[in-house]
Amino acid sequence: MKMDCLLAGVGGQGTVLASRLIAQTAMSKGFTAHTSETIGMAQRGGSVISQVRLGHAACAPAIPLGAADLIIGFEPAEALRNLAYLKADGALLVSRNPIRPVTSSLGQGYALDEILAYLAQAAPRCVFIDGEALCREAGSGKVLNVVVLGAAAAEGLLSFSKDELLTTMLAHVPAKFVELNKQAFAVGFDHRKYEAEDGGAK
Amino acid sequence: MAKQLLMGNEAIALGAIRAGVDVVSGYPGTPSTEVLETIAKHRPEHTYIEWSINEKAGMEVAAGAAYAGARALVTMKQVGLNVASDPLMSLAYIGVKGALVVLVADDPGPISSQTEQDTRHFAQFAHLPVFDPTSPEEAYELIGAAFRYSEQYHTPVIFRPTTQICHACASIEVVDEINGHAIEGFVKDMKWVIFPKLSYQNHLRILQQERVLAEDFAAFPYNRLGGSRSAVRGIISNGVSTAYVNEVLAMTGDSVRTLSIATPHPFPVKLALAFLEGLTDVLAVEELDPVLEEELLKLCGRYHLPVNIHGKLTDEMNLAGANHFENVRAAIDTFCGRSATDALPAAPAGLPPLPVRPPVLCAGCPHRGSFYSVKAAMQRAKLPAVFTGDIGCYTLGNAKPLDMVDTCLCMGADITMAQGLQRAESGRKHIAFIGDSTFFHTGIPGIINAVYNGTDITVMILDNSTTAMTGHQPHPGTGHTMMGGVTERVHIDKVLAGCNVKCIKHANPLRLEESIAAVTEAVAYPGVSVVIFEAPCIALFKAEPPLRVAAEKCIGCRRCINEIGCPAISLTTEGKAVIDENLCYGCDLCSQLCPVQAIGGVQK
Repeated sequence: MKMDCLLAGVGGQGTVLASRLIAQTAMSKGFTAHTSETIGMAQRGGSVISQVRLGHAACAPAIPLGAADLIIGFEPAEALRNLAYLKADGALLVSRNPIRPVTSSLGQGYALDEILAYLAQAAPRCVFIDGEALCREAGSGKVLNVVVLGAAAAEGLLSFSKDELLTTMLAHVPAKFVELNKQAFAVGFDHRKYEAEDGGAK
Repeated sequence: MAKQLLMGNEAIALGAIRAGVDVVSGYPGTPSTEVLETIAKHRPEHTYIEWSINEKAGMEVAAGAAYAGARALVTMKQVGLNVASDPLMSLAYIGVKGALVVLVADDPGPISSQTEQDTRHFAQFAHLPVFDPTSPEEAYELIGAAFRYSEQYHTPVIFRPTTQICHACASIEVVDEINGHAIEGFVKDMKWVIFPKLSYQNHLRILQQERVLAEDFAAFPYNRLGGSRSAVRGIISNGVSTAYVNEVLAMTGDSVRTLSIATPHPFPVKLALAFLEGLTDVLAVEELDPVLEEELLKLCGRYHLPVNIHGKLTDEMNLAGANHFENVRAAIDTFCGRSATDALPAAPAGLPPLPVRPPVLCAGCPHRGSFYSVKAAMQRAKLPAVFTGDIGCYTLGNAKPLDMVDTCLCMGADITMAQGLQRAESGRKHIAFIGDSTFFHTGIPGIINAVYNGTDITVMILDNSTTAMTGHQPHPGTGHTMMGGVTERVHIDKVLAGCNVKCIKHANPLRLEESIAAVTEAVAYPGVSVVIFEAPCIALFKAEPPLRVAAEKCIGCRRCINEIGCPAISLTTEGKAVIDENLCYGCDLCSQLCPVQAIGGVQK
């Protein structure tokens, strides 16, 4: 297996944990894993990306443009910002809820509908989830990272089974958050059930 | 032992533990911070660890330990080495008894730094060996070699990873054994006392040692000569650039000779000559300065080699910034006679406008209240002012709408630059902003300088009880150490009083009127005055219940947005303010600004 996956989001959304969990799951199956994450000033609410490269014996930390098999967008504008990294036949998994930066509230605006429409046609496979509603269902606004992993497992976007991902996740989150994260993963995995009425997933 | 997913900095830390490190010091700085933190997390009983108050102190603590025969490590970022350069330059002459590894993380990009300086040049300048890993996996091994060389040659050595090594993770097999040793202790000898005559002798000695090391490094296994022996083109690279070169060559299949350099100084001349033999052209792929490129040019000159050296000096590589697959691919394509653009995928066209998303002060950050109260106080008093800033989260106070950082230069410079500005233009108020950790780092001498010279400035100390930007490290004001113990706190106000500062005010930055009053009084004081804003970083406590906007009361005046720029507040399509309950920390600043009391909900 060779797979390059890029996670794009906003500092504070938990992309680092998600990328580590993907890498750890690959390692538990005997694959090599490399990741690279934004750490530093950008973590303060700026644009961040995490890159996961699986199954390369040795590789550079950053994914080349046009080489990502999967982009997981924790936020629509951040998914679009990194679209150039997606392979022609790559897949997108995007949480549709925007995080409006201060610059946008101060008057710059945020073209949400255009961004979502562009993403919808940008890849042969684009799955939207309502991250906000799913997090609410899971009982916390801070578990989007585990919700998206559940959704990615359900959509078959990662080369791992639900149980493989779940086992890694439970081994790497603090004990007091195990139940919450189990719930978040389950809600993400069943995201189509929760979103059946608005037809969000394409 | 099973493979672990380790960040480059974690790999370096575990490699240092394996090498038997006894004493670790340092000052936090991206991208170096996690090295010391990881050693602390896995601390063997014999190892002592501290965050020092600044890099110079850290360097000297580590040097003292190494004089006694310990294996010492000091960690910092590249600009930290500027602060520690005084002891380093002399240490190069004196040498060490145990081992002294100076870890300096460079930050091409830069991602989180003031400069793109290249520590390989510092190594040349100081005549010290420098180790430069190409991957987290290699960093785990190479840090052990750094300790061995330091001990063998009785010299400090520099270990210089870059951001893409420090913050990349790889699966690494960790060895649990520790290469232990006994510390002999300090032995009195004139060789530890730097005098001009000794310096002359030592200068000759370290130049001779450089030649010996260059010979030694020609056979160093991490300096890798590879690729085609019959090729006429060669590529020299180092660090993460080697990984990009390898990835590009695996794709293009170009027949080139390669040389990857793990010891850029002293340069392994013999190996480089073997690399150059029979080549017509060489491309140097490296981040920051053209160090390898210049070394090859020197060799071509000295040995009259007919080889063209391509790189930054010929504008064939990017002069600044980090390397990535794309720019390395383009450079290799051009170097091998292909069009550089054909292979790159077309960028998506017709994208809708994307919001810019710079880093901002967190929702609930007490610095927001500090900046806003100073701004409001100066506006009310109609006093023109210049605001000198410093390094830390609070540099983000420069962003609109706060717009309260007019200068930012280096650690501690806010207090002293305000003094220079005041001497040159006395018609304005000069107000310096400094964080608590930066105050202890290099702020105190600036305070003393202002008091001694009687300069009329006001210093705002933003005391959030931690070193926030680099990930919440303790400092002298917190009362905690990296050995897990509790120590007596150094109180900022007592330090100021001891420096003869006569006007010291305290304020809670989340209570606006109280803060504005404190600022107004301090600024009116002729001479050095200080306001200490005390409120913890939000990462140190659980959020208060979030505030809510009563939509029926909100008049859409946008005051809460336009005045303080909190990332938790945005506008609904109806033009009413709305608070993101996942981001709001309940700091209450916005409710104090709302003219119609539409924001509330804090349950106390």
